[in-house]
Amino acid sequence: MEPIKDLIKRLADRYGRERSSLLPILQGVVEQEKYLSEYSMTEIARELNLPAADVFGTATFYSFLENEKMGRYIIRLCKTITCSMKGENQILLTIQDLLKIKVGETTPDGNFSLLQTNCLGFCHKAPAMLINKEVYNELTPEKVREILTSYINSNGGGKENVNNTSS
Amino acid sequence: MSTTHLLKRADFIFKSDNDWKDVLKKSLSRKANELINELISSELKGRGGAGFPTGLKWKITSEIDSDEKYVICNADEGEPGTFKDREILSRVPFKVLTAIAVCGHVTKAKKGFIYLRGEYFFLKEGLEKAILEFETFCKTIGFDFSISIFMGSGAYICGEETALFESMEGKRGEPRNKPPFPSSCGYLNKPTVINNVETLAHTYTIFKYGAKRFYDLGVQFSRGTKLFSVSGDTPKPGIYELELGMSLADFVEEFGDDDTKAVQVGGASGFLVPRKRFAETTIGFQGRLVGISLPTGGSMMLFNSSRSMFNVLDNYLNFFAEESCGQCTPCRVGCQQLLRGIKAVKRGEKNAGYLDKLLKLAETMTYTAKCGLGQSVANSFSSIVENFREEMIY
Repeated sequence: MEPIKDLIKRLADRYGRERSSLLPILQGVVEQEKYLSEYSMTEIARELNLPAADVFGTATFYSFLENEKMGRYIIRLCKTITCSMKGENQILLTIQDLLKIKVGETTPDGNFSLLQTNCLGFCHKAPAMLINKEVYNELTPEKVREILTSYINSNGGGKENVNNTSS
Repeated sequence: MSTTHLLKRADFIFKSDNDWKDVLKKSLSRKANELINELISSELKGRGGAGFPTGLKWKITSEIDSDEKYVICNADEGEPGTFKDREILSRVPFKVLTAIAVCGHVTKAKKGFIYLRGEYFFLKEGLEKAILEFETFCKTIGFDFSISIFMGSGAYICGEETALFESMEGKRGEPRNKPPFPSSCGYLNKPTVINNVETLAHTYTIFKYGAKRFYDLGVQFSRGTKLFSVSGDTPKPGIYELELGMSLADFVEEFGDDDTKAVQVGGASGFLVPRKRFAETTIGFQGRLVGISLPTGGSMMLFNSSRSMFNVLDNYLNFFAEESCGQCTPCRVGCQQLLRGIKAVKRGEKNAGYLDKLLKLAETMTYTAKCGLGQSVANSFSSIVENFREEMIY
């Protein structure tokens, strides 16, 4: 994994050092690190010559820019109305049961974090969830077990395209 | 004049985009004024939900003198129950790219952006490929225009156009005061045309077939077709292109499950219509000529009699309380208090009369909140509480 300082410099070279480059750079750091540490944020501030408070202010506004250490796979289960009507709670219980974590927690091996999120735009195929950037929809407890098991089994391989039905 | 008619299906938006090169070349050969007049006479209104006349939007920006202008496609599709823009971008991306470029031609902008919500990251790769092919073609015909994707990071409020600019500028997605409007002062304070994905796709139809073909569809004040995202208690959830001006009764006849108790029109920020009002409600922008007319970004969520309207409202208010940007007090505190208030009434800690106080609070938010988010919370709150008061209490 690239050292954070190098990563930030590379991202700044690519996107520029304007204020309008901030979000892509924050996203680039989160992509590798899965979250923004205080160190990352102050380094970004230094690289872009911005007040650290401004970087912190922007970074903490967006729900996909995490400020706490997250697992390798971040599960975001949609809890908005249609998913909630179509059995989101059963899916949540299944995930919690399988991974032995609650919402907001990360598995001790650092592989999975479980979060809830607002409307993913798959209301016609509810319930839906994201694992990192992959969408899984029309979930049932059986299906979500299968998906998570395949992630667990591919542990280390980083295989993310499991049974993806993204459209 | 009747503004209602039976449900009419249409098929423009998802018709193949493989003629985009012809549409682009033909449009670029026409004068800006001609294209603007075509849009104005089509009476196309913004399909994101607000319904501002698209031709007028392009015209205002085209008339402003500036060295730098931008065209932005708003693909921050976050309204609960809306999923049409994703489908447009994945199935007919060249229609949207062509429309962005034609808008650039009309307004003399050289740079276009697609602000894509973080949740739709999986669309990015395909879109980038399409953009590359598109830009290469633009070069071969000597048209200087580039398009970039800007990714969002999970914030509903960034669908509000000025919050979207703030976000692109690397700031918190907090809406600006209006005026000034984006047409003269948008991204980086430069004149900016910002259109919803679907709006742009409709301009493609208009440039291809001419304004009349579009104008002839729909009803007075609500011309053309619209994509509807249908979800909830329906045997056929999905995306449907329908002519505007249909009655909600016809819609429920087609999409309901014979037990439809209410329909949420326009997502969480829209209105809940109870069964007794289906017949008098039409889906369109304006036209209080007959009954009620509801504008919408296309979200249609159906609820049958098994659903508790308290749970529905509770879900919406949680959504708003989380997605409020927190900048202005009416919205930040208002959303939280409405949520706490309905829970207190449900638990019996407050009497039923407290609901009237909450209705007043919601109304106050409509007048005092800074942007559309806070102003529209009362839409669903009041329409649910007023129509299903007993479900809030017992």
